[in-house]
Amino acid sequence: MMATTMNPNEPKRIHPHKFTLWVAMGSICMMFAGLTSAYIVKKNQANFQEFDLPKIFWYSTFVILLSSLTVQLAVAAFKAREMGRYKKLITVTALLGFVFAALQVTGFKDLSNHGIQFLGAGSNAAASFLLVIVGLHMLHMAGGVIVLLITFVRAFATKTRNYSSMPIEIVSVYWHFVDVLWLYLLVFFIWIR
Amino acid sequence: MSNEAVLHGVASSHDAHGDHHHEHHHHETFISKYVFSMDHKMIAKQFLITGMVWAVIGGLMSVLFRLQLGYPDQSFPWLEDLLGKWWAEKGHITAQGYYALVTTHGTVLVFFVLTAGLSGTFANFLIPLQVGARDMASPFMNMLSYWFFFAASIVMLSSIFVETGPFSGGWTAYPPLSALGDASPGSKTGMDLWLVAMALFVVSSLLGGLNYIATILNMRTKGMSMTRLPLTIWALFFTAVLGVLSFPVLLSGFILLIFDRNFGTSFYLSDIFVNGVGALPNEGGSAILFQHLFWFLGHPEVYIILLPAMGMVSEILSVNARKPIFGYMAMIGSLFAIAILAFLVWAHHMFVTGLNPFLGSIFVLLTLLIAVPSAIKVFNWLTTLWRGNIRFTPAMMFAIGFVSLFISGGLTGIWLGNSALDIHLHDTYFVIAHFHIVMGVASMFGMFAGVYHWYPKMYGRYLNNTLGYIHFWITMIGAYLIFWPMHYEGLAGMPRRYYDYSIWESFKNFVELNRFISTVAMIVFAVQILFLLNFFYSIWKGRKVTSQNPWGSNTLEWTAPIHPGHGNWPGEIPEVHRWAYDYGKDGREFIPQTEAVGADESHH
Ligand code: HEM
Ligand SMILES: [Cu+2]
Repeated sequence: MMATTMNPNEPKRIHPHKFTLWVAMGSICMMFAGLTSAYIVKKNQANFQEFDLPKIFWYSTFVILLSSLTVQLAVAAFKAREMGRYKKLITVTALLGFVFAALQVTGFKDLSNHGIQFLGAGSNAAASFLLVIVGLHMLHMAGGVIVLLITFVRAFATKTRNYSSMPIEIVSVYWHFVDVLWLYLLVFFIWIR
Repeated sequence: MSNEAVLHGVASSHDAHGDHHHEHHHHETFISKYVFSMDHKMIAKQFLITGMVWAVIGGLMSVLFRLQLGYPDQSFPWLEDLLGKWWAEKGHITAQGYYALVTTHGTVLVFFVLTAGLSGTFANFLIPLQVGARDMASPFMNMLSYWFFFAASIVMLSSIFVETGPFSGGWTAYPPLSALGDASPGSKTGMDLWLVAMALFVVSSLLGGLNYIATILNMRTKGMSMTRLPLTIWALFFTAVLGVLSFPVLLSGFILLIFDRNFGTSFYLSDIFVNGVGALPNEGGSAILFQHLFWFLGHPEVYIILLPAMGMVSEILSVNARKPIFGYMAMIGSLFAIAILAFLVWAHHMFVTGLNPFLGSIFVLLTLLIAVPSAIKVFNWLTTLWRGNIRFTPAMMFAIGFVSLFISGGLTGIWLGNSALDIHLHDTYFVIAHFHIVMGVASMFGMFAGVYHWYPKMYGRYLNNTLGYIHFWITMIGAYLIFWPMHYEGLAGMPRRYYDYSIWESFKNFVELNRFISTVAMIVFAVQILFLLNFFYSIWKGRKVTSQNPWGSNTLEWTAPIHPGHGNWPGEIPEVHRWAYDYGKDGREFIPQTEAVGADESHH
């Protein structure tokens, strides 16, 4: 049966789920490409407000980079069957995810305190764009946190011990992706201003 | 990764049930078999039947608004009894009802029937069977894809029944009509529901598309190299790629629209005065921005609709002409070229929006370039038919009809692609005629061809042939009678999306013609009902399929049992040794893909 599709001894083809994730990431990229090109179109028109990004975004950048590191270490720990360390690293990663989100929100509060209006009458598209784009990125981050927690719980809750590192590997790829996406957005916003 | 692992759980459990599931049967309940099924064949049928329901609703809507266009002064009291005052006061379709009908008709046919109903059905049904896989890469995601579509359907359907009516600003949902609740009745709750439905729909398409791509690239059986794939699979592959890359952009446009509607932002809105409300505070927005985001999906979308039809037509023409498809590699190359160009021509929908004429000329060039791969395809289809030993099955008739319609509709595309001509033709009935022939009816024909051809595989029974021929001829002649005259109306300047032409001095002379078109449209609609009767009757009462390969076809789906279970092949998945188009070779009528290449066999 195995032989009809592939021999386990042959060099491993990419797992279909992992592959699916890559295509999905391409899809997500297109969404942000759509939004950021809309931003460029809009910026070249009259009446586009100028303001600086909040400083806190640098801290959140540091936090998200750190979380990429911890999720990678978690994969390594899983593969080495060091489950205690794996648990800890996963918890830290998820926490860093929350910290990142909290810092982003603080950033927006900060801008808002400086009189930037994101929504409602009198808001400018420049600010609204920032909110929508960064907000959508945060949603993708939230998705990552949820999936991370699910894999975490599943790895321990199932009766049959499951030694496949595939789920956590898939989560880590996605996590890095969200990280890189943020770096892209940050560079984009700095560059374009 | 093997098919087994995906079908039965996680990789590590390989050895545990390595051998004993050759005849594997899940414990199946009614719910898991017919409702929340993860079998790609059942999901395909779910897509097909849901699509059919939408086709009836959308088609009925066109009959209703054609009634208005054909008989603008006549009163049909039964209409008010049937639809109520909002839609048909005093026996006349109301203006608001008319716009609601046109918009819902467009949205539903483009997205729900010809995207979900067409590629949802055949991508699901054919990909695993034709590449030699037990199921999709992720059967669970596949099931979710259907249920998101189902949810989208329910929300869209419910929008027809709200007090202020469904969205009425055209299927393209341009702001400000789509962005301002105060702009029209349909812009209120109807638009909210439209957006929710479309967002669910996008999720469904993405889940499906991801799966189709992963399955085609990763789950092919042994020997099935990419260049041995049937053209159906290539077409479905490019369709999925187009969808996965363009739907997210549409979603981003929708997200901005939602913010404009609900949170007072000004992405698309600027300096607007609404009657009865006054001046709006929104400043600096650009409605054109939405058009860019919309058409970046919108144009690929027409190919998302068309490519699956092209793929199935290629396959059906070859099987029934008993000849190899002409120019297999050229067919793949032209699909590829079309897929690339599809992303580079969106602004041809925006020639008259004040687009920079220099930019416009680039889009003219790119648009006209599409004629090249399209012509290659037409040439190859015709050469495949040339001196073929043609079996005129209903599927074959519809496939040939597709080629005819694609030529007719494609030629008018060359007119519309010229930005200078488009100034005159834009938003006239010429456009309606063009896109209905080339995209609407042609893809419908591809879908019918597919249903007639694969019905025996889906249900183990045949459709009634006589009814099939009646269905074909009336639809074929009817389609031309409906849409051909619309070209003349459009050339004479008759605009689209008008409620009543009889009050315009310049279009009064078309009253008779419009009545004629409406009459034919009703006849054609009635024949589609006949097809549906045939479809459902034959599921239970049709002639039974007795041989595994009734069409003498080379592809893998015909090596599976007449009623394949979940997993498709009871034993091992067959191995593939050749391409799918060895018809009429070395004195043999057909040589299935599973047959090893003989020592003295000639090369194709
Ligand atoms: C018997 C079959 C059909 C008839 C008689 C018909 C008729 C029409 C007419 C007359 C209009 C223009 C109404 C107006 O602008 O006032 C229209 C609009 C439209 N139709 Fe059809 N149609 C049919 C099938 C289809 C199919 C198969 C598709 C699938 C692509 C389709 C897609 C559309 C779209 C996208 C619009 C534009 C809606 C809008 O303006 O927002 N139609 N149809
Ligand atoms: Cu187009």
